[in-house]
Amino acid sequence: MSLDFKTGAFNDFFRDETFRGDFTYRNSNPRRFPFPFDRDDYMYSVNMEPHVPGRPGSVFEHLLDVDEHYVAEMIDRAKVLADDPLRCQSLPHMTLAGWDTLELVMEAKARDYPQWFSLSKDGNRWHWVNRPLGIEQSFTFLDESTLHYPPFEYIMRQTQGDWTLQDERDGTLWMDAGIATSQADWSVDFDVGMNFHEWHAPVPLAHEKGVFDRALKFLLKLQHGAPVRRFNWTMTVNPLLDTAPETYPKWGPMKTSLTPENLGQKQHLRVELQSLYRLPRSNAIAFDIRCYLASFDEIVTVPKWARRLHRVVRDLPDELATYKGFIRNRPAMVDWLAKHDDGAPTSPGWWPDD
Amino acid sequence: MKTLLTPVDAPSIRSRPVYAALEPRRASLHLIVADGEGAGAIVDMLGKAEDRSQMLAATHVMYCPGPDGSDQSAALEGLGAGQYFRAPSIPALLPRLARVLSAAHMGTQFYLAGSEGLIGQAERDIMNTGFPHASVQKEQRGSTVRRVQCVHCKGITENVATDPFRCSHCGLSLFVRDHYSRRLAAFQGVNIDAEDPGQVPESVVRFK
Repeated sequence: MSLDFKTGAFNDFFRDETFRGDFTYRNSNPRRFPFPFDRDDYMYSVNMEPHVPGRPGSVFEHLLDVDEHYVAEMIDRAKVLADDPLRCQSLPHMTLAGWDTLELVMEAKARDYPQWFSLSKDGNRWHWVNRPLGIEQSFTFLDESTLHYPPFEYIMRQTQGDWTLQDERDGTLWMDAGIATSQADWSVDFDVGMNFHEWHAPVPLAHEKGVFDRALKFLLKLQHGAPVRRFNWTMTVNPLLDTAPETYPKWGPMKTSLTPENLGQKQHLRVELQSLYRLPRSNAIAFDIRCYLASFDEIVTVPKWARRLHRVVRDLPDELATYKGFIRNRPAMVDWLAKHDDGAPTSPGWWPDD
Repeated sequence: MKTLLTPVDAPSIRSRPVYAALEPRRASLHLIVADGEGAGAIVDMLGKAEDRSQMLAATHVMYCPGPDGSDQSAALEGLGAGQYFRAPSIPALLPRLARVLSAAHMGTQFYLAGSEGLIGQAERDIMNTGFPHASVQKEQRGSTVRRVQCVHCKGITENVATDPFRCSHCGLSLFVRDHYSRRLAAFQGVNIDAEDPGQVPESVVRFK
């Protein structure tokens, strides 16, 4: 594996941890986890809200959350891309949208985390410093020859979350660029070039409910400077960032490794904090799918979340449990979670009670 | 637990191509690409043309036998199109299509008929050349065997009839997911026994 940055860039804040092999990933503070259920049951909905700065200390504090897993996630991404370069693709007409994305990320990080990132500009001559990854780069904005990767891949190797870039034409959105190294079982290589309804085709129940028609109508009105966000979620055995269909024969068997004894440690709730941004020059839409993982052991340290997760998993329609890939383990999960649910009512909203 | 197969009679999915009967349109060039029983769709379409002889004079037909061996080239050749070409297979047909596309003008109308594999690959090449989607009509006839990309090794297996099937490149047992990529002109194949190696359900013929 080759890294573009110096390894060992961990300090007191960034955890030195793995998402494969010995799986040393942990959350120092489980209460920071973006628990996605605001009630005791779940069904698909568009559930978009403005992506505005939220509660200090939470994942919503800044536009792009940089957390303790940042350096380890970027090392994992570099490994995935070395194994399979098809995980990052950009059709030829998406280069400008790639520059738009690079600007969005650099400006947000330099503004919100000045201790780690800085961006200085002299016209189109830009200077970027990423201290956690040990990167210092002078380049000319909009001149591809001045970076050693295309702009989208360059900034994605320094940004948590899978991202896709949607071109808007013919009244719909076309996923014409994307990177996926922390995805919930979908393939960039297969889906790149598809329109909004095509890439959502495998999702059960939601088409019939009109969810995608409404979501598309909403997104086509998205304005520059007014990003939106929503949650999605699934389940993953072991803190695997990369659950790609490409490597399913490698990670699929891990689903059979659960026992009542190890379930709390191995079974993870996987939350996607999805945010969408209209880009200024290309008019494309950038879609950030940021993955957060928490073990069931970590989640049940918050009593309200323990009760609610039990009820959501227990009552989810079979089609959704199948689509999300955990129907085989659902009975074991419900048994385990039931021990952490005393039946008490839960308060509305997703924040812990105390 | 076994992975559930999509029922054969499941409603059509959103990424699945939509097909309809071909209709004659006005154009400076009519480019027809067909295989197997798609020949019948072409004959029917030309039967609806108001000025059939004028349309035929501006028509270029490329045809090959279908994946089930069905060969109706005689019927097509006898139409008297300006240009007629019979290839022995889809891969042998595509280089000629690419050459014709390189010289085709906007205002060309495309008529694709026959197997999904033929229609998908021709459409992919036409779109890559920059022709608008609206200039392409597609009518599926005859064999419904599928062209499937293995999501694991990326190899494409042609003429898949059963589900699950064995990838002709890496050998994994794959189920055919109802997810179609126009860019690849292929459905997606996913390993069926990843979670329970060796437990492969019996293959059923889903595509004929």
